Amino acid sequence: MTTAPTGPPETGLLLPEPDDDGAPFWSYASAGELRVQTCSDCGRRRFPPRPCCPRCRSFEAEWQRMSGRGRIWSYVVAHPPLLPGYAEAALYNVLVVELADDPAIRLVGNLVAAPDAPLGSAAAGKLRIGAPVRAVFRQVGDGERLMAVPRWVLERP
Amino acid sequence: MKDATAIVGIGQTPFAKRLPESEKALACRAILRALDDAGIDPSEVDGFASYTMEETDEVEVAKSIGAGDVTFFSKVGYGGGGSCATVAHLATAVATGQATVGVAWRSRKRGSGGRPWRNTTVQLPTPAQWTRPFGLLRPADEIGMLTRRYMHEYGATRDHLFNVALACRNRANQNPAAMMYERPLTREMYMTSRWISEPLCLFDNCLETDGALACVVVSADRARDCRSRPVYVHSAAQGLPAQHHGMVNYWTEDPLRGPAWTAAQQLWKHADLCPQDVDVAQIYDAFTALVPLSLEGYGFCGRGEGAAFTEGGALEIGGRLPLNTSGGGLSEAYVHGFNLITEGVRQLRGTSTAQVPNAATCLVTAGEGVPTSALLLRS
Ligand SMILES: [Zn+2]
Repeated sequence: MTTAPTGPPETGLLLPEPDDDGAPFWSYASAGELRVQTCSDCGRRRFPPRPCCPRCRSFEAEWQRMSGRGRIWSYVVAHPPLLPGYAEAALYNVLVVELADDPAIRLVGNLVAAPDAPLGSAAAGKLRIGAPVRAVFRQVGDGERLMAVPRWVLERP
Repeated sequence: MKDATAIVGIGQTPFAKRLPESEKALACRAILRALDDAGIDPSEVDGFASYTMEETDEVEVAKSIGAGDVTFFSKVGYGGGGSCATVAHLATAVATGQATVGVAWRSRKRGSGGRPWRNTTVQLPTPAQWTRPFGLLRPADEIGMLTRRYMHEYGATRDHLFNVALACRNRANQNPAAMMYERPLTREMYMTSRWISEPLCLFDNCLETDGALACVVVSADRARDCRSRPVYVHSAAQGLPAQHHGMVNYWTEDPLRGPAWTAAQQLWKHADLCPQDVDVAQIYDAFTALVPLSLEGYGFCGRGEGAAFTEGGALEIGGRLPLNTSGGGLSEAYVHGFNLITEGVRQLRGTSTAQVPNAATCLVTAGEGVPTSALLLRS
């Protein structure tokens, strides 16, 4: 299971701009929970969140808690030119992780060396498609807002 | 729709990293050249089509060029995915009597005007909230993610991507209008160039260009009276697959089966031709990796075979499928793929700077990885 974010917020990065459908995801993230929108009628999980179920068209949904375990589906290593904040963190990786609970649900994130380590902290040699990872949460802030984003650490560092 | 309309005029401005004129002035120049190429007076124009990202609009363009009363105007979304759809919308409008002389255009100062991904305020919450905070900032990052997975699943290598970059560059070296006309590319240059977003390097990315292009669409009947040889719109299609998510298509069951597959199904369904009949292809190349994905989607090879298809000079003149014969977005100019349409027309007129002998059919595609479109042109 994942745990609530600890340590000082990382600054200089873009904060998520939640829409109505996505807002619950970010609220749960702030509590250290990885939850995915799930149809209350047919049980189909969907990501990104949206108003109704593409399978049964129900508007009733709940947010199911995931184990936080997954595997790297793909990744890139970003080099400049980049936005300020990211340029300072370069070279950093970006992952797509498929969740162990439901491989059809994939999340974009970053592999970090430890839960409180910054963007770009994971060694490039650790990146491998298929590598098992688990979610951790990191606070990010821009002076006005404080949020938490899921990040990923290797199950077997 | 089949062969009911034709492209009878094409026009363009120079391509450069920086042009002094405004996007509006460039648009007018390209459109007036296209009309002159067709031998049609601007006052006869009654239809317009462009991209939603186009910043010059019908009102400004129509009054500047002295168009007549306009009865059809349309804009297509999703950046470079809309290129072929502009012609498709005009073809539909002309074929159904909504317009008689249609103009499609794209004018863009992407070379000197800044990079869209640097704008952090104008971002859709969906899907950007799920990607941008993690530093997936640029189109190169988004497509790089799919490219890595593609390489992993099918054994594609950087050499395959180089084959695409090289074919485009070789054609640009034959085209005096191309930004890379005098700039040959070698494998060593490619392999040692700087990374942008691994696995994509500098030469996997398209150019940054100021420039404008336009074309004129009329009925097949009218086309016979025009100044230039008509190039017929044999088939046209748009494609937005079920559960597609745009450039960050990571959330669909099969992210590597992109919009090309949907557009292709529609395109071939309404055509008398099949992929084997295509003499030359202009495939959208904002990134090299889009070419193998598109080759699969449009049926030139099987799933996972797009990278291998590029081997043995297949994309060069004389190969199985000569590609992007003016240099494409990678080496001629990146104007959201409109130069692929005009080059398709030149090939079928027999006036390309890298002419495929006796080319009679040309596939032109729009951006893969976003809701897309395609044209099958014939002479
Ligand atoms: Zn349902």
